[in-house]
Amino acid sequence: MSKNTVSDRFRKVDVDEYDENKFVDEEDGGENQGGPDEAEVDTLLRQGNMNGALHAVLMNPPINTKNQTTKERAELLVVKVLSSFKSSDIEKAVGSLDKVEVDLLMKYIYRGFEKPSDNSSAVLLQWHEKALAVGGVGSIVRVLTARKTI
Amino acid sequence: MAYHSFLLEPISCHAWNKDRSQIALCPNNHEVHVYKKDGAKWSKIHELKEHNGQVTGIDWAPDSNRIVTCGADRNAYVWTLKEGAWKPTLVILRINRAARCVKWSPKENKFAVGSGSRLISVCYFEQENDWWVCKHIKKPIRSTILSLDWHPNNVLLAAGSCDFKCRVFSAYIKEVEEKPGPTPWGSKMPFGEMLFESGGSGAAQTAGGGGGWVHSVCFSHSGNRLAWTSHDSTVSVAEGGKTSTVNSLSSETLPLLCVTFITENSLVAAGHDCYPVLFVYDGAKGSLTFGGKLDIPKQAAQKGISARERFQNLDRRASETQSTEKDVNTLHKNSISQISVLEGGRNQCTKFCTTGMDGGMCIWDVKTLASAMKDLKIV
Repeated sequence: MSKNTVSDRFRKVDVDEYDENKFVDEEDGGENQGGPDEAEVDTLLRQGNMNGALHAVLMNPPINTKNQTTKERAELLVVKVLSSFKSSDIEKAVGSLDKVEVDLLMKYIYRGFEKPSDNSSAVLLQWHEKALAVGGVGSIVRVLTARKTI
Repeated sequence: MAYHSFLLEPISCHAWNKDRSQIALCPNNHEVHVYKKDGAKWSKIHELKEHNGQVTGIDWAPDSNRIVTCGADRNAYVWTLKEGAWKPTLVILRINRAARCVKWSPKENKFAVGSGSRLISVCYFEQENDWWVCKHIKKPIRSTILSLDWHPNNVLLAAGSCDFKCRVFSAYIKEVEEKPGPTPWGSKMPFGEMLFESGGSGAAQTAGGGGGWVHSVCFSHSGNRLAWTSHDSTVSVAEGGKTSTVNSLSSETLPLLCVTFITENSLVAAGHDCYPVLFVYDGAKGSLTFGGKLDIPKQAAQKGISARERFQNLDRRASETQSTEKDVNTLHKNSISQISVLEGGRNQCTKFCTTGMDGGMCIWDVKTLASAMKDLKIV
């Protein structure tokens, strides 16, 4: 029996990284995606145009970019907009979104759940219920299977 | 609808013979059982035992009456009926991972096997050596092939894969057939050539092409349309010649596992929601719409609830109603994994069959469904 007296650091090597057939996601040029326009959203919020702010914040999602700060900024902005709605208005607001926007909203909601702050989870839960009624479980499945996350 | 519960285990895969009197299915183990219709009952007449791993795909060639099976043991067998018993012939697939799906070509001179080795083995019979030989289609497949379907011209093959793409390849084998004529999918078709790939560049972040494993693919009867279902709860249709636009529908249901055309414009798909669903494709507008849920729910008898029951329900599940919405009132009690057309072909289907993880098989009659659901339009 040979004793392994040499270092065993090789066991910590991740061999899958060196597999030439390793599946790599397609790189899509996302450098120009800055996320929703903060200034525009803030103006709309101050004017009291809630639905407008919602549509504005759901535009230009930072899906393709790898920049984590952009994604976090977008998420905080979305949570801010969602929190400024009155509970009774949520249903109508969700009703004004199209299919793609509902899916996007679901993605932001779940991302918001990951990092709860203050009252955000309660608000997000209300939005989740309304978005689920419109998008169905299919929209949640699309959150889970999306390769490019916001 | 006729529902028959074969087993308690899931039915992994099934295939029908030509006159639909016999069905071959895999009861989630290494064997294939062949059942024969006996009036209203089904009796097992054959057990095909040769595989060493779970049988993942079965296909029954209607005219030549041969069964091809493929399994997790990386093998495929072609079974021929000799003197009342099925005799297997091993086919060397040259794969090093499990085989996942198998389909005879329309002329039954070839079959294709999709596997976890990231390739498709197209097998044909070599007369001189009296054995089955296979050729591989490798590029640019990057993950397991989950489903296959042949085009009616016997050359083109659609493959749905775990790398989130649906592709059309040419499986032209010069040893067994003539050069094919041009089709809307392309005119140059050497072996292994990829004629279509879903989710190509230009696909915006809208649904389709990029979300989930492609569970099932299906060509329409003419071969001009290709439909596939994906794990991100979408169903998509592409038309040969207009492949720059793929029409997808994000459904509100759980992912669909199997799909088939029942007319040139209508698709039926089924999956984890345990009921088949109709989709209608409008070629002129290029739109895919949800047509309706195709399951006749059992008449839920809402009898009056006694006060005692009401409090019991409140105690148990915080609701006063007799049954929650989550009660499975569909025919299948678990996910439907495979759908096959029984009568009428893919352009005028009158009957189709579904098998699922509840071990049951259900035969659906299209006319009955259409009359039962008044808004159902099967164009």
